[in-house]
Amino acid sequence: MPTQLPADSRSGPPRVAPLYDPRFRGAAYQILLLLAVGAVAWIAIGNAAENLRNARVASGFGFLGNTAGFDVNQTVIPFAAATSTYGTAFLVGLTNTLMVAAIGIVLATVLGFTVGVARLSPNWIVRTLATVYVEVLRNIPLLLQLLFWYVAVLASLPGARDSYALGTSVFLNQRGLFLPKPLLAADAWALPVALVVGIVGTLVFRAHAKREQARTGRRLPVPAVGLALILGLPLLAYGVLALIGVAPVALDFPVKGTFNLRGGMQLYPEFVALVVGLTVYTAAFIAEVVRAGIQAVNKGQTEAARALGLQPGPTMRLVVIPQAMRVIVPPLTSQYLNLTKNSSLAVAIGYPDLVQVFMGTVLNQTGQAVEVVGITMAVYLTISLVTAFVMNLYNRRVALIER
Amino acid sequence: MKRIVAALAFGLGATLLAGAAQAQGTLNSIKQKGYISCGSNPGLAGFGVPDAQGRWTGLDVDFCRALSAAIFNDVTKVRFIPLSAKDRFTALQSGEVDILSRNTTWSMSRDTALGLDFPAVNFYDGQGFMVKKKLGVTSAKQLDGASVCTQQGTTTELNLADYFRANKMKYEVVAFASADETFKAYDAGRCDAFTTDASGLYAERLRASAPDDNIVLPEIISKEPLAPAVRQGDAQWADIVRWTHYAMLNAEEAGITQGNVDQMAKSSDNPDVKRILGTEGKYGADLGLTNDWAYRIIKLVGNYGEVFERNVGQGSPLKIQRGLNALWSKGGLQYGPPIR
Amino acid sequence: MTAGTQPLTFVRREAVPAAAPPALVAGPLAWLRRNLFSSPANAVMTLAALAVVALVLPPLLRFLVIDAVWTGDNRDACRPEVLGRPVGACWAFVANKINYFVYGSYPIEARWRPNVFFALMAVGVGWMLWLDAPKRAWGALYFFVVFPIVSYGLLAGVPALGLPAVPTSLWGGMLVTLIVSLVGIVAALPLGILLALGRRSRLPIVRLFCVIFIEFWRGVPLITVLFMANVMLPLFLPGDVTVDRLVRPLVGIALFSAAYMAETVRGGLQAIPRGQTEGAMSLGLSPWHRMRLIILPQALRIVIPGIVNSFIALFKDTSLVSIVGIFDFIRTIESARVDPAWAAPTVVMTGYAFAALFYFVFCFGMSRYARFMERRLAAGQTR
Repeated sequence: MPTQLPADSRSGPPRVAPLYDPRFRGAAYQILLLLAVGAVAWIAIGNAAENLRNARVASGFGFLGNTAGFDVNQTVIPFAAATSTYGTAFLVGLTNTLMVAAIGIVLATVLGFTVGVARLSPNWIVRTLATVYVEVLRNIPLLLQLLFWYVAVLASLPGARDSYALGTSVFLNQRGLFLPKPLLAADAWALPVALVVGIVGTLVFRAHAKREQARTGRRLPVPAVGLALILGLPLLAYGVLALIGVAPVALDFPVKGTFNLRGGMQLYPEFVALVVGLTVYTAAFIAEVVRAGIQAVNKGQTEAARALGLQPGPTMRLVVIPQAMRVIVPPLTSQYLNLTKNSSLAVAIGYPDLVQVFMGTVLNQTGQAVEVVGITMAVYLTISLVTAFVMNLYNRRVALIER
Repeated sequence: MKRIVAALAFGLGATLLAGAAQAQGTLNSIKQKGYISCGSNPGLAGFGVPDAQGRWTGLDVDFCRALSAAIFNDVTKVRFIPLSAKDRFTALQSGEVDILSRNTTWSMSRDTALGLDFPAVNFYDGQGFMVKKKLGVTSAKQLDGASVCTQQGTTTELNLADYFRANKMKYEVVAFASADETFKAYDAGRCDAFTTDASGLYAERLRASAPDDNIVLPEIISKEPLAPAVRQGDAQWADIVRWTHYAMLNAEEAGITQGNVDQMAKSSDNPDVKRILGTEGKYGADLGLTNDWAYRIIKLVGNYGEVFERNVGQGSPLKIQRGLNALWSKGGLQYGPPIR
Repeated sequence: MTAGTQPLTFVRREAVPAAAPPALVAGPLAWLRRNLFSSPANAVMTLAALAVVALVLPPLLRFLVIDAVWTGDNRDACRPEVLGRPVGACWAFVANKINYFVYGSYPIEARWRPNVFFALMAVGVGWMLWLDAPKRAWGALYFFVVFPIVSYGLLAGVPALGLPAVPTSLWGGMLVTLIVSLVGIVAALPLGILLALGRRSRLPIVRLFCVIFIEFWRGVPLITVLFMANVMLPLFLPGDVTVDRLVRPLVGIALFSAAYMAETVRGGLQAIPRGQTEGAMSLGLSPWHRMRLIILPQALRIVIPGIVNSFIALFKDTSLVSIVGIFDFIRTIESARVDPAWAAPTVVMTGYAFAALFYFVFCFGMSRYARFMERRLAAGQTR
């Protein structure tokens, strides 16, 4: 594109027609984009407002204060049809989602690391088994796996009246897994306090041991002391309470009722199926993340550790894994997020998570689609963004500081 | 770059959206597009259920066919759109369907807050319970401590909570997103009891792995007037829906059946019959249809009694008694205001 | 020590007898020892793994093959009390329902149309994935423009051309699963490339817009996206416009996977060394030409494995449309398994096993392809 330059402009920067000036073009593109996005948003919002008006649907967030009128079977926080509001129903869904996600994350991490390390095992059978696990579970949709765990496994369990029993206190049937439920007496506050003291003591001792090792090279028996503190102190407290004649913990055993077992602690089949399904599925992905992380650690590191006389176990634990974590953590976090988001599949098997309770029942009883969908998406978005933010902080901390 | 996205999005959008002018009224828009979009149950025997070839049968489905007969003189001008309980109201509100004929309970909040109209009740129902015979339960009052499977987002779910609360009984609710899943869970033994509208109980029982092992308990715990629903604000369309049902009732009352309608139209001297069949007066034209609108309905679909017996009554596997749905003259609640 | 008196030298005068060959360095036994029993811990692990295999494999084989029922017309074929033996998978059920699983309720007389669609799809996919195929540019044009239009006309029907219309409510089964995934990829790839370029743009507003768009879709679960598409999309359009029930989740899936695709493509763009851009600049290419002729062809080549992996994820995720009422493959299985005519104890498990097999074959095959591509691309880098 030959641009005609005036003869007297040789000295300054070349003048170009605005059409070919990159800055002008950039600004124009951006203004166009803004206009286009703005126009689309404007039209969409206008349409929505008009459609809602025509449909005569109530709007606003006032419905959150209305009485819910329906029941939810498994809740972390108290909920009753007669008194609780849609707002409480939202919290019930949210806490259920968070609980499933938390439990799933812990279990999936344990299983995933195990399988990931097993995939690199020198043992052929172990390695093959781990590979088969990963390949099979990764390549089957989670929804199908959840349906399998819920429908197929549920169908093979006995009915409520002839449950599988383990001893006299643990039962398994189609209604779930029943365990004795510990009931804390009024004086039992000493037990959790003892536990907390034990944990704090362990942490303090560990810090001390580290200093000591750095100073003298002597290694203190941290695991043994920690175990003694964490387990021993509550046991001691229990013993003392028992000695002075207070039974600090009573167990509420499940007993057979008219229809089902009553009392005790019940893990619902929906909950179990969801946790198992999420764990087993996500573990396959975590295993791949772990494997890639370990393989990313230079082989020289392992060789050097072995040359120093470290056994394969400590080599893995003290040399390879800490370095691999740098590579593992970011994708691991995204797997955690995936697990949290995937917990919304609960809707397919009737576990009352956020999507099932709020986007399902509440949306249907109130008809306020825009508000309900908006809130639900905002919740997941917030979880994702907060996690991403924390991840960035962590990444900055562990990033390799190069010379 | 973004302009290309926008152009792409619009281009794509334009090809995939179907324009249907609603501003001018539902009836005109139906005439223009040539068919009625009828929101139906994805699978409830007797009310709305497709077979493997996609042929629909049922009471609610036949209601849409009656509308099609009245408007087009042809029962095939209906497109059935299966809607779950969760989707049904948004589908109607958004204009995706012209009418929701899908065993939907008429309740005040739905009438007001959801912006719907329920022109006529085509099935009086009530919520009941089904349990496994081997439990030995004979009354809903004995369900204290039971777990109950129900479908979420229904009036059923709310009535259930009310009933157990009022009777001071404990229960455990297990709610599922679709009727299918709910019943499957009950059938697999997840719950002691299954609750839905009584008609639904009979329909679902047919699908149980062993139908005879289940019994329906005698208690009816709620009023469930099932009615077709339309959007608020189109009086003409609501009238057509209302009078289609009443025409079928009046026809039954006057003894006009699918079999004798031609003969009645020719030879009957009864002024009621003449008005219904459009040989006297111009009631159909006032409705925005032709004067023989009701004749078409009865000729092509049948009167209310025939439709009832064929789909849910003695002519069907459900064998539901007329009960509340008998004509008013026979002790029921179905009362067709006069066509005159 | 006896130093001084005796010489410290020693010379062996006769040959040492040959040592017996080490028994365990070669052959199956050695392999066993090296790989499975090198240490006590290892031996324990081997035994534990063997125990797992012994626990899982025989029942699985019994169920899937040995006790399976292969032929039959109704539930009596698969009921243990009728057959008088334990019954494994009821493959007769799958054989009986296979047409339903593949086509849903698509009218029987028109089922040649989905068949043609499958064939067209196979041609398109093969053309795109086989790197040495002739005229791959035409392949792209075919896959992204011609194929979608032809398929739409073919499946939905063009009354003017004598193809009667088939409403989407009759479509179902694998047909719908494949359509949803294909729309996901066909719409998501171009959109994803644009978003990836936008995210790397120098223009702040464009960049911000792309970042918000990508992070929004990546931050929410697909199921909420589908719900949103189902209930909110109609609200955002003028009151007299309705969107087909099948199209709504498709829009949701396309936007959702576009965001993931954008991140995959961005990874490829970042992997192109800056020298490439600079080289292109020095040749006097305009930004548009630089992108189209130099950067994108290289970047897209690198990300083929990534794209295939996103497609695998998308393909599995399409199963979620069954939750919003679309009759996809999973949904047909779910509705077939309650057919009273096939009420038998193992029918449920058989249905799931069949579905698992279907998804596994597709996804595993694609992941193998992705790995093959990775190796092939890596081969070009390491000279």
